[in-house]
Amino acid sequence: MRNAFIRALTDVAANDPRIVFITGDLGFKLFDDFARRYPGRFLNVGVAEATMAGVASGLALEGKKPFIYSIVPFATLRCYEQIRDDICYHDADVTVVGVGGGYSYGPNGATHHALEDIAVMRVLPNMTVLCPGDPAETVAAVQALARHRGPAYLRLGRAGEPVVHATPVSFAVGDSLLVRDGRDVAVLSTGNMLATAVGVAEVLATRGVSCRVLSMPSVKPLDTVAIDAALTQTRVVATLEEHSRLGGFGGAVAEHVAERGLATIFRRFGAADHFAHVCGDQDFHRQANGLTAAQVAAALIDLLP
Amino acid sequence: MADVAFARHPDLIRRLEAHARAVRIATVTMAHHGKTPHVGSALSCVDLLVALYFHAMRIDPHATGGDEDRFVLSKGHGCMAYYATLAERGYFPRDWLATYAQNGAVLAEHPSPLCVPGIDVATGSLGHGLGIAAGAAVGRNLNGRPGRVFVLLSDGECNEGSVWEAAMFAAGRRLDQLVAIVDHNKLQAMGRCDDITALTPLADKWRAFGWDVREVDGHDMGALVATLEGLPFTMGRPSAIIAHTVKGKGVSFMEDDTEWHYRPPNDDDLARALREIGG
Repeated sequence: MRNAFIRALTDVAANDPRIVFITGDLGFKLFDDFARRYPGRFLNVGVAEATMAGVASGLALEGKKPFIYSIVPFATLRCYEQIRDDICYHDADVTVVGVGGGYSYGPNGATHHALEDIAVMRVLPNMTVLCPGDPAETVAAVQALARHRGPAYLRLGRAGEPVVHATPVSFAVGDSLLVRDGRDVAVLSTGNMLATAVGVAEVLATRGVSCRVLSMPSVKPLDTVAIDAALTQTRVVATLEEHSRLGGFGGAVAEHVAERGLATIFRRFGAADHFAHVCGDQDFHRQANGLTAAQVAAALIDLLP
Repeated sequence: MADVAFARHPDLIRRLEAHARAVRIATVTMAHHGKTPHVGSALSCVDLLVALYFHAMRIDPHATGGDEDRFVLSKGHGCMAYYATLAERGYFPRDWLATYAQNGAVLAEHPSPLCVPGIDVATGSLGHGLGIAAGAAVGRNLNGRPGRVFVLLSDGECNEGSVWEAAMFAAGRRLDQLVAIVDHNKLQAMGRCDDITALTPLADKWRAFGWDVREVDGHDMGALVATLEGLPFTMGRPSAIIAHTVKGKGVSFMEDDTEWHYRPPNDDDLARALREIGG
């Protein structure tokens, strides 16, 4: 996803001289091509995320369209008040890019895990939240943000995420993508759990259960029309995210589901509400939180009436 | 230096001092009518704001959004003086000041963006303004546009780590169109700055962070004019002005007293303050 992001941003920057890329001293060699092609539009502010967010706001004031980049906790939590005041309050045209969603930086430990970012970013007024599910969605998200105006958060995985969409896709802010249709269960997935969601559907198919997979890269705004369709056309609706079960994508969908007042069974799949205290890679932590395709499929079968 | 400036522009200095009196009168009146705190912080920076808005900055209240100089009030709690200065300078009608801190008014106890003419940057949480100002200066460079960016900080605000992050960044980028002015009244919310953190030596700290620094009496209009006319102090370096000020300046019973970080003036306080400021 990271490489897809960099390629897509380098492409859109060719047609939009307002785009400036700012890093908090992360991405060694990754942005050399961008920096070479667009002199002056690549900025390393140093290990100073609060300044990165403030500088981006000031650049937006002068008509620029900055993308600021760091590992998720540093890009979001470290400078959260700057994001709220300097970017969102001013409705500044700034995109915060977080790399390493969920357990992407698994062995680096809980300081590098990103399990709260969707929750805290989506609560901010004016903020758009996009969590693409694979490299193709990442390209589409960057293109959507190039057309968008206003504060945005782009949550990436890291590198090597499986390709789910074999061909390029396109979506606008607020859209979802139907990956696979189904009538018994609907799995609504955001971010880097998309390949797992497809895996869940495959496991369920072997058990004779028909599963819809809806990719929802736009967490804010949500495609409530697609959620309503899932609520009325299937018997079990589940959300899947590599993020705390509290307050994130599942929380956002749950808010909508509760107010719809339908009897459809609803379940959130995500990380448990605790810090990891043992070392582990992404797969290890997913397993520990019941987030593998087999674990999710088994839980859904138990829920089926 | 002050005498030199006064000798050169006696009419200018007298005119600026008259504006400062008008802004002080408006400030204490707003604090009284609005029943708000921070009157001491506002009075502390009146002369700085007047020197900027009526002399140093290249601005036109009727043609904003171009190549004019920018200003960021990083010490957002001093905004009564800021509003009064903007009104005095013609950004909006003076009678708006009577709406300060009232329900439904645009003049809140900290400046908000997008709704007050002349204010582009909202503040209120300390330690934000310098980074935004530095970004605006970088933007001016990228756009090949002229114009300087002035940012006014409080000394207590220099407790914030983000101030020093941004200071290092600005020096590293050689932002010589960036000017930071520190309203150094030596008092912060809970007491004397130096009793709370090792703020002194403040000018040396800015120098160590790569800025060219001048210290000035922040209430001596002649000295302020002369200092501001010397900008930029060094090509290729951002400029810092440590303005030695008195919290509550201009009203004897408010001067150098933390009480007036909190207490709104009552009817009697207002009457005494207005008598002292005169006009």
